[in-house]
Amino acid sequence: MSSRLMALWDWFDSRMPTVGEEWRKHASEYYAPKNFNFWYYFGALSLMVLVIQIVSGIFLTMHYKPDAALAFGSVEYIMRDVPGGWILRYIHTTGASAFFVVVYLHMFRALLYGSYREPRELVWIFGVLIYLTLMGEAFFGYLLPWGQMSYWGAQVIVNLFGTVPFIGETLALWIRGDYVVSDVTLNRFFALHVIALPLVLLGLVAAHVLALHDVGSNNPDGIEIKKNKDANGRPVDGIPFHPYYTVKDTVGAVVFLAIFCIVLFFMPEMGGYFIEHNNFIPADPLKTPEHIAPVWYFTPYYSILRAVPPLFNSQFPGVAAMGIATLILFFLPWLDRSPVKSIRYRGAYYKSALALFVVVFLVLGYLGVKPTTVWGQFGFEAFFLDTKDIATWVARLCTVLYFAFFILMPWYTAKDKVKPVPDRVTM
Amino acid sequence: MSEQKKVDKTRRNLVVATSVLGGAASLGAAAPFVASMWPSERAKAAGAPIEVDISAIAPGELKVFEWRGKPVWVIRRTQDMLASLKQVVGNLTDPASEASVQPEYAANEHRSLNPEVMVMEGVCTHLGCSPQQRTAEAKAEMGGDWAGGFYCPCHGSKFDYAGRVYRGAPAPTNLPVPPYTFLSDSTLLIGDDKKGA
Repeated sequence: MSSRLMALWDWFDSRMPTVGEEWRKHASEYYAPKNFNFWYYFGALSLMVLVIQIVSGIFLTMHYKPDAALAFGSVEYIMRDVPGGWILRYIHTTGASAFFVVVYLHMFRALLYGSYREPRELVWIFGVLIYLTLMGEAFFGYLLPWGQMSYWGAQVIVNLFGTVPFIGETLALWIRGDYVVSDVTLNRFFALHVIALPLVLLGLVAAHVLALHDVGSNNPDGIEIKKNKDANGRPVDGIPFHPYYTVKDTVGAVVFLAIFCIVLFFMPEMGGYFIEHNNFIPADPLKTPEHIAPVWYFTPYYSILRAVPPLFNSQFPGVAAMGIATLILFFLPWLDRSPVKSIRYRGAYYKSALALFVVVFLVLGYLGVKPTTVWGQFGFEAFFLDTKDIATWVARLCTVLYFAFFILMPWYTAKDKVKPVPDRVTM
Repeated sequence: MSEQKKVDKTRRNLVVATSVLGGAASLGAAAPFVASMWPSERAKAAGAPIEVDISAIAPGELKVFEWRGKPVWVIRRTQDMLASLKQVVGNLTDPASEASVQPEYAANEHRSLNPEVMVMEGVCTHLGCSPQQRTAEAKAEMGGDWAGGFYCPCHGSKFDYAGRVYRGAPAPTNLPVPPYTFLSDSTLLIGDDKKGA
């Protein structure tokens, strides 16, 4: 750096030292384990997708109209008449799905290496809160184009709250602001989507990163690098986040953006999975489309909802099961009783449980986009068969296994035969 | 720090009292924000009853009318459809409509004033989707015991031609019947059952 620039920096630094201190704390002197692998790209990528969504969202709001009579038309106006409007909209819709792709992979990384374990419980809790907020953000945003899927998706999800015993109906009425999903609902979902939840999201992301930097990053070996420091107090197995990981993450970002652009330019609707075909039909409150399914990232939970039969004339058990399926994630740090963190040193029990969990999650996700009749019906009668749809019974089995992964975790992680953990990270 | 062992009680009490009052004031200040999300006066006023002409509905045909933003179905049931109601009783959750919503005059085996004219809300009692008609011929899709009725595309609930729900479906009760009355043979008033209202 030239001496003039240095002098300018000194001038700035002596008046506002915070900037330099934070940069050192969070980047140039933040020591991250040197053995990060492929799975460690997705945190940085999530942050990048958040920025993409905020920027593309700001420009979309310049043309979008949150009015039931105008919304659908304004989205088509963005697609056809606004210069570059189609690319802005497809960036935002592709970004929504990409967000869930990277967040699911980021969460899976935590399951692989025990990143939620002590002392990172708060990092995990903030992460789950981000995930839940993201689901809300995606749901509110999906109503805005005011297509058939927007409308009926919102109708179903708001009615989920209506099944809560005693206060449900009132609660659903309060959320909608009307007796059915209407212009009023669209208007408030717009407000929540463009300002309320993004603010919450930014706050949670800050808390997530700050909590992480206080305790330090986990790594594929699941050992604490802070336990082994050199004479200067730096972890022997740590390297400064900047420039080492900023450079590594740049490579990840370039590869990610290349894939993102392929989707953006050649398959923005992803065959109806990123933008469902029915959403190109304006919302019709009198007619539910033939095949209704949520967007792919909600379908595992949707399958759970659909699999649970009603009890005592109430749909609440299914809704409760769906809610618990997401909330149970909060308890993960305390359910895992294994003496080791990383899958590298765990035994067969956890490895098979995690593999089964992944299969179950994918099967539930697949069944959620299909009608319950997708695998046909049982050909025999039996008193316990309240429905003969094979897919419903498979979804029920998967729902049980989904919960078993968590509920049995204290048992199988404690019983597991673990391998000895090395003192230093392995590359 | 340990020199200050004695707490100034008066100061502490004042701090606590200020915090409590401040907290209460913040809760009070939240009230208008929460209240603003209830249905507005305009939304409340939009629920008036509707008058519909049913003379053009052919036997076996279903027409959809909008009342309070919801689809209300009027079906002119054929003899086959009425016969199917008796056939399916064994497969239903609430065949006598005891746990379901309907006016007193529709709490009978055909769930209507006039057996041939069925009026009901086309809103699934599960999560509010609008079911679709599936005739008795749709056995391949709906299963061998299907006698015709309605299928909810959202979560697969099935209903017969009186809106009664099949067992094993997520919907807990039969489709609701709104209050209605015949103003004449061809005119229905939906949303109110008192003539001249």
